[in-house]
Amino acid sequence: MKMPLIEAVNVSRRFSRKLDHAEKIANLFGAGLEEKTVHAVDDVNLAVYPGEVVGLVGESGCGKSTLGRVMAGIMPASGGEVCWQGRPLMALEGQEKRDMRLAAQMIFQDPMSTLNPRKKVIDLIGEAPKVHGIIKAREIREYVASLAERVGLDASYLDRYPHQFSGGQRQRIGIARALAVKPKLLVCDESVAALDVSIQAQILNLFMDLKREFGLTYLFISHDLGVVKHICDRVVVMYLGRVVESATPDDLFDNPRHPYTQALIRELPSVTDRRRVFTPIKGEIPSPLHPPSGCHFHPRCPKAFDRCRGERPILKPNSAGHVSACHLNDLPARNNETATAEPAI
Amino acid sequence: MTPVLDVRNLSTQFMTRRGVLKAVDDVSFTVGQREIVGLVGESGSGKSITGFSILGLVDPPGRVVSGQILFNGQDLLKMPPAAMRTIRGKRIAMIFQDPMMTLNPVLSVGTQMIETVQAHDRVSHTEARQRSRDALGLVGIPSPEERLDSYPHQFSGGMRQRVAIAIALLHRPDLIIADEPTTALDVTIQSQILFEIKRLATEFGMALIWISHDLGVVAALADRVMVMYAGRIVEAGQVDGVLTEPRHPYTSGLLSAIPAAVPRGEPLRPIPGFAPSPLSRPSGCAFRDRCVRATEICSTEPALEIAAGREFRCFHPHVERAA
Repeated sequence: MKMPLIEAVNVSRRFSRKLDHAEKIANLFGAGLEEKTVHAVDDVNLAVYPGEVVGLVGESGCGKSTLGRVMAGIMPASGGEVCWQGRPLMALEGQEKRDMRLAAQMIFQDPMSTLNPRKKVIDLIGEAPKVHGIIKAREIREYVASLAERVGLDASYLDRYPHQFSGGQRQRIGIARALAVKPKLLVCDESVAALDVSIQAQILNLFMDLKREFGLTYLFISHDLGVVKHICDRVVVMYLGRVVESATPDDLFDNPRHPYTQALIRELPSVTDRRRVFTPIKGEIPSPLHPPSGCHFHPRCPKAFDRCRGERPILKPNSAGHVSACHLNDLPARNNETATAEPAI
Repeated sequence: MTPVLDVRNLSTQFMTRRGVLKAVDDVSFTVGQREIVGLVGESGSGKSITGFSILGLVDPPGRVVSGQILFNGQDLLKMPPAAMRTIRGKRIAMIFQDPMMTLNPVLSVGTQMIETVQAHDRVSHTEARQRSRDALGLVGIPSPEERLDSYPHQFSGGMRQRVAIAIALLHRPDLIIADEPTTALDVTIQSQILFEIKRLATEFGMALIWISHDLGVVAALADRVMVMYAGRIVEAGQVDGVLTEPRHPYTSGLLSAIPAAVPRGEPLRPIPGFAPSPLSRPSGCAFRDRCVRATEICSTEPALEIAAGREFRCFHPHVERAA
């Protein structure tokens, strides 16, 4: 089997707020206050192979962005490790570490908050390759112009500032900036979420062209299942910090196994498949400060039973390349149910 | 049956230093009783300003320059401010995209709701509180009595939007204008809100204008859809017709830009180019620079064509498929 380009092995990321002085003093008097910890990412395994486009989907607060940041190497994991071409990130040093950092680039949702408003396009795109010695200082204009042209920006705009561009053009600047250091992996965090549908289609096409041209690998984080279905080779669904299902898009959409995935797909509004009746799943997304016991989804799950409340389900293969974390997998009735395409809820 | 809302030749302009910005340009439409109308378009197409214009919420340098907005036969544009205040919030209510911007963070939800009740009806504090509690219960907020004393930040995004809907429902308005109310919400929560809205609109016989950029949401919710481009309604009609057999090239362009429109992995089909700047729109059909069907005649103004319940402005519409 091929070696993954990047792999998360039992990665966890916790955020905790330390007690302030007042709370520490209160504790001296027996208030019993504890640090609040959010398990943004909870023991996740995810491998991305060279040339693959992996979609990471889930609702807000499910930890998909945090996992993306940890894998891009811009945020350390609090548990487990991220391996770059088989080697743990923590073990990389010196030039190797710098090379890895350049090879994994991120593209964010809102280019306006990631582009320095006081810098011109030529500096925004050209600074990193200059600093890292990829190009010589006098080659900057030529290099940036060729990149700008590649992502569909007019080369005559190089001396403009970010505010002089529209949302779609700004996203192109962000993409050109990421490409400037010749990356192997692009982590796109909701990169098309803020764009109008027509501009979104332009940017998605650009991503696919760049993949072919530069042999890029993508970790594509999005809440939009329609987008993910279209461009990804594999889709990973997260819920409250954990991976609940992973499969190829066709398999996932035709035969979702986890009740959460089933609900997500069923509730997706679609122009082609018009549905006048809504059958929403009940309840809110629980706070990651106090996640439910056992399977995190059980309070909202229409099929939950006793075991779901106490025991965390592990990812088990359903078929080739399709895994899901649900106790229903262990029930014999499960096999009969797959005969019907749409499980009745 | 007379329509609840009859907008005629509405134009709203912003007088900026760089010139006159025609945000809404000669827009006419009606909303029937109990009807759910979707207003779709890309950012900058003027769909939100249309909603604001109806409620008289356009601030300087913006101004409604011409047209009529007939609400139950009364022209809202001719109404003095005091009379308008008895309509706004009582007969016509609005729900915004981000309830955190419209709810006051330092007042409890109950205080804000009671204030809304008493702004229009002379009722006791106890009764106003009772009505507020009932409204919260109606939109599916658990334990409404206790939640009246909560502050907006203590609610999740979806619950906050439910509070905003509850406030809009307090006076059982004839018309609710909802401006991208589920855009910031997750899919499962969006589905809950759409479910509640649809149930409540039917239950109370309210008409609804649903402003959105998401064609999928409008397809699922609305009876009729209006497509806006560069300040104008370019196509309008029943959802089933407009979204299945669009006549205007812009509508068909929008529909084919959706990822689901092409087989997986194939290149998407975006509309070429960008929406024109509202300060320098081309003459005639504003879409002609991006339109594959455009010819010379498109530099003149296309007239509104009405055929079989469908309206569109185009010289070269897609042909109607034989039924």
